[in-house]
Amino acid sequence: MARFIERHPAWALIAIIAIAVVLWLVFAIWPPGLEAAIGRKRVFLNAVLNGITLGGLYFLVASGFTLIFGLMRNVNLAHGSLYLFGGYIGYAISTWTGSWILSFIVAFIVVALVGVILQLAVFRRMEGQDLRQTMVTIGLSIVFADLMLWVFGGDFYQIQTPAWLIGPIQLPLLTAIKSSGEPVYLQYPLVRLVIFAASVVIGVAMWLALNRTRIGMIVRAGVDDRDILAATGVRIQLVFVLVFALGAGLAGIAGVVGGTFQSLSPGEDTRFLLASLVVVIVGGMGSIPGAALGAVIIGLAEQLGSVYIPTYAIVVTFLIMVLVLALRPQGLLARR
Amino acid sequence: MLKGSVGLIALGSLLLSGTAFAQEKIKVGVTATLEGTYTVLGEDGMRGFQAALNVLGKKIGDKELEFVVASTDATPDSAVRAVRKLIEQDKVQILLSPLSGDEGIAVKNFAKTKPELTFINAASGAQETTYVDPAPNFFRYNMDGAQWQVGLGKYAYETKGYRKIATVGEDYSFIYTQVFGLVLEFCGAGGQVTNRQWVPLGTKDFASVIAALPDDVDAIYLGLGGADAVNFLNQYQQAGGKAHLMGGSIMIDQTILSSKGSAKNALVGTIAASGQADTWEDPGWQKFVKAYQDAFPPAKRFPSPSLLATNYYGSTMALILALRQVNGDLSNNQAKLKEALAKIEIDAPNGKIKLDSNRQAIGTNFVTEVVDDGKGALFSKVVKVIPNVNQTLGYDPAVFAKIGLPSRTVPECKKY
Repeated sequence: MARFIERHPAWALIAIIAIAVVLWLVFAIWPPGLEAAIGRKRVFLNAVLNGITLGGLYFLVASGFTLIFGLMRNVNLAHGSLYLFGGYIGYAISTWTGSWILSFIVAFIVVALVGVILQLAVFRRMEGQDLRQTMVTIGLSIVFADLMLWVFGGDFYQIQTPAWLIGPIQLPLLTAIKSSGEPVYLQYPLVRLVIFAASVVIGVAMWLALNRTRIGMIVRAGVDDRDILAATGVRIQLVFVLVFALGAGLAGIAGVVGGTFQSLSPGEDTRFLLASLVVVIVGGMGSIPGAALGAVIIGLAEQLGSVYIPTYAIVVTFLIMVLVLALRPQGLLARR
Repeated sequence: MLKGSVGLIALGSLLLSGTAFAQEKIKVGVTATLEGTYTVLGEDGMRGFQAALNVLGKKIGDKELEFVVASTDATPDSAVRAVRKLIEQDKVQILLSPLSGDEGIAVKNFAKTKPELTFINAASGAQETTYVDPAPNFFRYNMDGAQWQVGLGKYAYETKGYRKIATVGEDYSFIYTQVFGLVLEFCGAGGQVTNRQWVPLGTKDFASVIAALPDDVDAIYLGLGGADAVNFLNQYQQAGGKAHLMGGSIMIDQTILSSKGSAKNALVGTIAASGQADTWEDPGWQKFVKAYQDAFPPAKRFPSPSLLATNYYGSTMALILALRQVNGDLSNNQAKLKEALAKIEIDAPNGKIKLDSNRQAIGTNFVTEVVDDGKGALFSKVVKVIPNVNQTLGYDPAVFAKIGLPSRTVPECKKY
């Protein structure tokens, strides 16, 4: 941090001013002139929170994707199918047992098993052959999409939010002061906050596991040099299977999350594959903090875009991707 | 070897018998939105279609109707692709298509390239389809989105006392037409529409849209359908929304009122207008409801038919009755059928329907209010029945033409 400020004083100044402006926008009561120019503060705060919580969902999908890529250098384009499959499993479990929590556990396990099968039956046979892997996973994603359409049909499924999560809570953020002097606090859906908190917990746990445990050390060593790691006697194939299972399971969990605060239907698989591709390209392929940063940026861009420039909202995401590719092609937080 | 030759003979005899007993068939292509946001609507449309066949039968004199179904996803190109496939591959002679607004405009334009065939609109309701440059071989037996809103604006203003409202709608032709009808009447009565929000068809995350809803209005009008409506209601419930609501014709409809979960309860008391009302006591309507209920087991249908089922029923009914009038005669580019279709008046479940000179339905409209039947099922209850609603909504055609075509900003909120 200090080194960054020493090296780029101008950029650091701009960053500090930007952070100060954002903090002021979030905590201050907006003067009437500002409200007239860009709308009410409630709308802005909601869009920001929605962007961050949507980013939590994107992070869950993209972190598995980036983890698999980081270790095995394999671009799994069937990752979106794993997301949708996890969602359907979660739906089936939650309607069958009525338990929302259980649907996460089962979705994680089942989709992780699918990941293990994929790694053993497909990727192991074509290690290091990028193009072949890419083509095969595209093919698999098409097959999976049609199989799921066959079983679940074209209908929309929504996983029931448990009763204790329905409804809004009051956040300690002021949106306005009524003429009577009574402060108005922000109301926000509880379920989105819980899901965001869960994705932060998962993200931190993953970061700790990668940086503070032996397994994490092996994985990191594998990212840097697989061959040397194998030569030191580590059973690298087992590590591959574990990482693949974890990445796939995360996609499965994300499917349940997506089915709870959005909905599941054919076509969601490609939408989330695309989202996670954009997220990891912006954040940096193979980097977990990169996936987190990318997810929040894309989530914010989508939500703020849909409020302030609704007609062009879809373009904003891709503009960000183009900018990152032009200025920092390896991604914002990639090491190289 | 022996097996093979036996198989061949069996196949041969089957083919022979096929030609020997073949009745002359009339092939009809049907499309419905069986994919995407409006899947539920397409499925119920097909139930209405099936109910019509159960009641009326498939026989036209000594000929028999044969149907080929194709799926669309509410986008205009999917509808044209499906219709083209039905015509070119399946060789259908008559089309019962499409379901959704943008699809209707595209299929109407496509119909002009096949003037020899007959197109009967299944359920789509954009105004432009029959109002602007209509196709001579395209017939619509349901009213358009604006006709389906007649009565709502006045009821909201005069009886409910709403003075300022805002609208949220899907960004395409049918909802433009619905908002058009609403705004004309509500602003004509003296009300104000302060804000019109448009969301893309198939929006998943409504959280920011919900946050941007104004809170200084008396009611919020929702012009959403299918999965969008369900997504919206769920997130509206999560956000703790409590405004008075008003609904469009596919929002206050069994497709939404029978959805799973408790989010739909926000709709109790909502006022709406549509080409039907679930609890109408008219014997023709009750008979249709019974036919619909008898055709499917309770788990595979809604408690009461949706607007889409009613529209598909009416369109199928018009087609079969007209075909019977001409005894299935499709010679001379189906001229006799087209003539019969233009003149026919049908006793549809939702009131008498006849066509105007643009081959657009003139029919009955209903203002409704959502009620709970006491067992947790929601229905739309009749508040007012308005007969003889035409496409210019009772305006002088010259005045109506000056208002402009429905769009994001048309009509302006004023008295025309």
